[in-house]
Amino acid sequence: MTRPQSDSDPQNAGIDLDRLIACPGCDAVYTAPRVEQHERAYCARCHHVLIAPRRKAGKQLIALALTVLILIVAASVFPFLAIDAGGLHHGASILQTAFAFTGALSVLSVAVLMFIVIIPMLRLVLLIYVLAPIIRDRPPARWARPAFRLSEALLPWSMAEIFALGCAVALVKIGDMAHVVFGPAAWMFAVLVVIVVVTDNLMCRYSIWKSLEN
Amino acid sequence: MEVVGELKTAREMGLVGCTRCSRVSPMGTQYCPRCGSALQSRDGLSLQKVWAWWLVGLMCYVPANLYPMLETRTLVSTESNTIVGGAVELAQHGNWGVALIILAASVLIPVAKFVLIAGLAIGVWRGPQVSGQRRHFLYEVVEYIGRWSMIDVFVVAILSALVQLQALASITPGRASLFFALSVIFTMLSAQSFDSRLIWDTQRRGDAPDHGLASDDVRKESSA
Repeated sequence: MTRPQSDSDPQNAGIDLDRLIACPGCDAVYTAPRVEQHERAYCARCHHVLIAPRRKAGKQLIALALTVLILIVAASVFPFLAIDAGGLHHGASILQTAFAFTGALSVLSVAVLMFIVIIPMLRLVLLIYVLAPIIRDRPPARWARPAFRLSEALLPWSMAEIFALGCAVALVKIGDMAHVVFGPAAWMFAVLVVIVVVTDNLMCRYSIWKSLEN
Repeated sequence: MEVVGELKTAREMGLVGCTRCSRVSPMGTQYCPRCGSALQSRDGLSLQKVWAWWLVGLMCYVPANLYPMLETRTLVSTESNTIVGGAVELAQHGNWGVALIILAASVLIPVAKFVLIAGLAIGVWRGPQVSGQRRHFLYEVVEYIGRWSMIDVFVVAILSALVQLQALASITPGRASLFFALSVIFTMLSAQSFDSRLIWDTQRRGDAPDHGLASDDVRKESSA
């Protein structure tokens, strides 16, 4: 763990702003340190992670993002869950789950679809668009900066992993009144959630913004 | 490496830091030259936005608890359950674990969120009772757990999509689900409107807080 140096001399400020880094959490200013691979630089005051570079993170991120995209499309179409009770059988796909709210509540269906399918997908498409030219050492894509800004702003609204936990709770609730069958989409979704979490931990925002600057 | 010298904020150095990409620019710069985000040294309207979203969120949370969340129809009966009612029923059937999970996710966490956000905003407004470290930690907790309350809405969606066994049993979502989802969205917006840098401004002696209030109103503490 590396702590960046605090810059105590205000005169330094005017000279090379590019060398400084301000903590987004608490506004403390540091001279951006050299952070080695797999090290993390924390803010000394609020412990916000400032820099956490990974070798070849760009290529890994694109690979993971493409995997998740394919899984989301597949998981939306294939059977997700089904129940058997009293000789009756009923199954639901992820899309059908999102459209469970009808009538006055149908606006909620749109929101659920956004949270669990559209926003996670959009984030990954944006990430691929931003990173693809960078890993090939080309100049950044034309709209790379607004695209990455949007992708970052969408982060709290991407709720695939919460939906996965919701499935677990729902299954416990109906577990003793019906037999639940997992479709292929359920397993795809489980894998997808793990990859989404890994993708977010692999990403060093500072490094990506730095490479978009050139 | 250890921290060398005294910690200074971008504001104290006459600079403005970007909360998106951490680049610093001279005070008065409108847009960040690195990422293009709009720059503000402190969000002057932060507390007003926090309270506005907080209030709307609270207003939605009341009907979310009064209306039924789920309507269950079986061969013998039709019943509608509110959030708390459903949990109580599960507990009566001996499902204590699930009942506790539901109570934690839909009562404890939302109420804790309202209390914590209000506490953070009052801390900036009136002068803090606890250290900046602890308040910043609480802020990160609120930011993190906020989204997880949506789990209840997803559970309702899954149950109503799945349990459609004609006459035998069917579950339909109740009106509370919409209010609950709105409440979660509004409290997330409330937490996002909170400018965490304000926590640290009220922490240090000699900083002028910048949130539209006279500085005399704020009791200052030296850093711990």
